[in-house]
Amino acid sequence: MPDLLHRLNINTDVGRKIITGFIRDQVQKAGMKRAVLGLSGGIDSALSAYLSADALGAENVLCVRMPYKSSAQASLDDAQLVIDALGLPTIDLPITPMADALIERFPDMSNLRKGNIMARLRMVTLYDQSVAWGGLVMGTSNKTEFLLGYSTIYGDSGVAIQPIADLYKAQVRQLAKAMQIPQPLLDKAPSADLWEGQTDEGELGFTYNDVDQVLFLIVDERYSLEEVVEEGFDRAFVEKVWKRVKANHFKRTMPNICKLSRRTIGHDFLYLRDFTGR
Amino acid sequence: MRLTVALAQMYPKLGDIAHNLNRHLTLAAEAVAQGADLLVFPELSLTGYQVQDLVPELAIKATGDNPTFHALLDASRQIDMMVGFVHEDRRQRFYTAAAYLSRGECLHVHHKLYLPTYGMFDEGRYFDQGEQARAFDTRFGRFGMLICEDFWHMSPAYLLWQDGADVLLFQSASPGRGLDGDERLADLRWVELVNQAYGSMFTNYVIHCNRVGYEDGKNFWGGSSIVDPNGEFVTRGHYFDENLIIQQIDLNDIRRTRARLPLLRDERPELVHRELGRILHRNGE
Repeated sequence: MPDLLHRLNINTDVGRKIITGFIRDQVQKAGMKRAVLGLSGGIDSALSAYLSADALGAENVLCVRMPYKSSAQASLDDAQLVIDALGLPTIDLPITPMADALIERFPDMSNLRKGNIMARLRMVTLYDQSVAWGGLVMGTSNKTEFLLGYSTIYGDSGVAIQPIADLYKAQVRQLAKAMQIPQPLLDKAPSADLWEGQTDEGELGFTYNDVDQVLFLIVDERYSLEEVVEEGFDRAFVEKVWKRVKANHFKRTMPNICKLSRRTIGHDFLYLRDFTGR
Repeated sequence: MRLTVALAQMYPKLGDIAHNLNRHLTLAAEAVAQGADLLVFPELSLTGYQVQDLVPELAIKATGDNPTFHALLDASRQIDMMVGFVHEDRRQRFYTAAAYLSRGECLHVHHKLYLPTYGMFDEGRYFDQGEQARAFDTRFGRFGMLICEDFWHMSPAYLLWQDGADVLLFQSASPGRGLDGDERLADLRWVELVNQAYGSMFTNYVIHCNRVGYEDGKNFWGGSSIVDPNGEFVTRGHYFDENLIIQQIDLNDIRRTRARLPLLRDERPELVHRELGRILHRNGE
């Protein structure tokens, strides 16, 4: 594989400035002062926590840890490093009783179904804390997983704002490093932590470094698939990635509304989300 | 002649004319207090940028009968102003517009000529395009106004220059994009390059006010600036943050530069006209 990863380099100061301003702006427009986020122990939610604390003050960012019984202790420990480093208010709300109430009804339930249930229960928990704490629910998705659809619709994608969803995984790493998030989180293999030994890269079948480059060329640089192959990437890999992006587009858009009237929400009733902002 | 310019690098609130008008009047008072003669606001400073279906609701007629416009005309008795608004003409056509107000009068209204309707932009859906690029006389000399995408094309600035504008007033709502390894966003670098090019190639002053703040996920990068007739930045505001920039410039710099570098004298608009006519005629065949 070629190495074009340097083309994804970002100026982390500028990125941080824009994102923290965005978080402040969105929280203020929602009429709030605080944020809520689920802290998994991974790099994405850690970065989201650091940026939120930077934007709003650590005391205004509630971190919620929501382990399931199969979650690794190491994840909780890594999340604790972030909590301690920033001095964040924290609440632990294990989702096991909620999840098992459904999971136990179906003894043959697949890991996919279980994972989706967990992701959606975490969304439910965060939105409940959003009201209790008076904070906006921060997204923790990055551009790579959002494009690949490596997420659960109405689960981890069910958030109020997406501060880091225009950063590829490699760029998340750059910004996380610049913001000095705890080293163990920078070093470990990304994982959804749904079962023991699971890793994103194992499940996806390719590495973030490779897929980041392909996505960057296609999406940001507008290369055709043919041109990406000419850069030296494996054709089957490139096609597989793009197929996956297309197949998961429904996760990135609002549900289609069947148009009947002359003015229909989503079609020709067009206002910014911010137009209701304070 | 010395001219003290104020650049109102502000954050217009989307769809809230009352709030924005109030902000205009406050900034005008501050600029007056700091000795400014001219205050330049960013694109659509009265309404916010992505107004979409709010357009008919926010559109105003540029006359003293309109209370918002009346208040701005009043304020212009203290300081000349270039403001941005949604203009509705007599036949319900809507324009992204800039008005130059001075001593209680509206000296000129410019309608945005180029409406970006590509990528993240969708202006052509909501607005009609302007049809005129005209310079106009002010108490400080002859000026020309352009709005954002207008100066991404070189012809409007050229036309204003040929129509006698020695000072170009640019206003924009330029979304920040192109985060790479550089300390300035890619599209910001592009705009600064272009503004410097206009200053140097026209031996003009180029005064540019760009907004800040956010609309949905888009940020606006600010960095309002003045480029002198040698193509150098005289001043440049903060990136991303609100800023009232006050800068005195010496309009005699234009004369001194043109004495050294007679680009205006040697320009051949007849040649442009003749060759353009030929090119258009040929393409029409």
